[in-house]
Amino acid sequence: MSLFDWFANRPKSGSPPSVSQAQEREIADGLWTKCEACGVMTYTKDLRANQMVCPECNHHVRVYSDERIRQLIDPGTWIPMDEHLIACDPLQFKDRKPYSDRLLEYRKKTGLRDAIETGRGQLDSLPLGLGVMDFRFMGGSMGSVVGEKITRLIEFATRDRLPVVLVCASGGARMQEGMLSLMQMAKTSAALERHRQERLLYIPVLTHPTTGGVTASFAMLGDIILAEPKATIGFAGRRVVEQTLHEKLPENFQTAEYLLGQGFLDAIVPRTQLKPTLVRLIRLHQPVEQPLPLIAPTLNLSGLAVDS
Amino acid sequence: MTTEQRKPFLLDFEKPLAELEAQIQQVREKSAEMGVDLSEQIHQLEARAAQLRQEIFSKLTASQKLQLARHPRRPSTLDYIQAISDEWMELHGDRRGTDDSAIVGGVARLEGQPVVMIGHQKGRDTKDNVVRNFGMASPGGYRKAIRLMDHADRFGMPILTFIDTPAAWAGLEAEQYGQGEAIAYNLREMFRLQVPIICTVIGEGGSGGALGIGVGDRLLMFEHAVYSVAPPEACAAILWRDAQKSPYAAEALKITAPDLQSLGIIDQILPEPLGGAHASPLKATEILKAALIQNLQELNQCSAQKRREMRYQKFRHIGIFTEVSA
Repeated sequence: MSLFDWFANRPKSGSPPSVSQAQEREIADGLWTKCEACGVMTYTKDLRANQMVCPECNHHVRVYSDERIRQLIDPGTWIPMDEHLIACDPLQFKDRKPYSDRLLEYRKKTGLRDAIETGRGQLDSLPLGLGVMDFRFMGGSMGSVVGEKITRLIEFATRDRLPVVLVCASGGARMQEGMLSLMQMAKTSAALERHRQERLLYIPVLTHPTTGGVTASFAMLGDIILAEPKATIGFAGRRVVEQTLHEKLPENFQTAEYLLGQGFLDAIVPRTQLKPTLVRLIRLHQPVEQPLPLIAPTLNLSGLAVDS
Repeated sequence: MTTEQRKPFLLDFEKPLAELEAQIQQVREKSAEMGVDLSEQIHQLEARAAQLRQEIFSKLTASQKLQLARHPRRPSTLDYIQAISDEWMELHGDRRGTDDSAIVGGVARLEGQPVVMIGHQKGRDTKDNVVRNFGMASPGGYRKAIRLMDHADRFGMPILTFIDTPAAWAGLEAEQYGQGEAIAYNLREMFRLQVPIICTVIGEGGSGGALGIGVGDRLLMFEHAVYSVAPPEACAAILWRDAQKSPYAAEALKITAPDLQSLGIIDQILPEPLGGAHASPLKATEILKAALIQNLQELNQCSAQKRREMRYQKFRHIGIFTEVSA
């Protein structure tokens, strides 16, 4: 789903949320949670323990930045960065509602300051820079704040020689900041270029949905690119493509599985396996301080017909 | 160019001007017909027309500029390339299996200096536009562009790019072959290149499709060109839920050259001849050529390392936000 689709599908303000959504929310806050894919009720505590993956059908319930950080980072090691950056409506943008009002609303509703949390922490005692986008805040859209926080995170990691993991979830560039948003694509890519020159590891994790300007910048620039099962990943929104072509698209179009088949992802990793996978990959790419003398195994070649 | 020839491409806001010109023509004809000297009257009308033209083009709205930027007679990338270079040879293909004709590129000589020129190419008519896909590039186009930029870098040739696209192509195959990856890759790699890069928005700068060849040491923009995060029509459909609100969106998105200069995004505005670049393509060409040469001379003075650092810092500082305490 692109940002376009997200805005279009968003329930109209004023009209009450649909019954099912209201129920869903109520249940989610309660003891039991009903899976939106298979309908099976799971004890919320168990669901949480399973990292919000339905134990029945393996559906990955959307998780937000705070929960994701809890899932990945070793307890007590998270040091948030640049929490004091906030968006300021540089264009004095007003559509049906002023952008500044929207910002206030989203801050109040989500308790977040913008659509990403960044910081440093440890993953099984491995230090890294981590950014987690949050789809709740204006569809995870990237404006000046998101771009700046990502750039600062990468610059910090470059200085401290740390790997970077960015968990992506975004509809793309934030239209309300116009061209300033578009240019964040270039800015973040520039920071990644320097990180890369230092031969440091960068792994984006693409979660549902990752589209638009985020796909066309840091999401696709990983040394290794991971995705969650069934995540929607694409550049143009599905509906835009449908309108362009006036034909139905294949069912799995723009899913993580589709992108894997096209060669744009390295692996689809179930959420429950994400932390161990990241740990393994980071360990594999760490420089070996004192390379062990490689000893060739002694082979027993007797019985083989070898000319010597 | 007579009024008749221009008619099909007349923009709404040019109509009062066209009417006045038609009136002048009538007076002229009458004068010739009746053998009366009406030169005084004609002179007055012509002065009025000149004044009106000046008035109209000095205060164009964002959506009027958008119309000018999309004007079918507006000079295209190939028009400019052919007009400004001493010699030019188009090169083809991304070496990955495609040759996208929505992006053209090749080797050229600009006032004696070998350069690589790359740009989006819109069609001149419907038939041509089918071939050019209206200047909307596919992943292969961006890959061809970066292949040519790498070539330029290897041979120390400065890169000049020309931006003129509604958007990156949003088709099934574009997605299939990684439109996002292709653009992202260019964004990163253009920061790596050692040679000077000058990007010029000559017409329409449409979102990521424009940025995919738009990272440079200098970003120039023609006076009536536009550069937008999303097409105003799409933006209106999403944010206003009404595509008819596109003029509002065009205004709100701050897409004109003066707006983008004040936001710190573009470096220089290239003035256009009165009536827009298409009214006097040769004049527009001269302006572009002079600006490119001047900027190139400045950039050639810097070391490659310094240029790359400046390029980084230029983009590093784009963005407006507040830092609060606590």
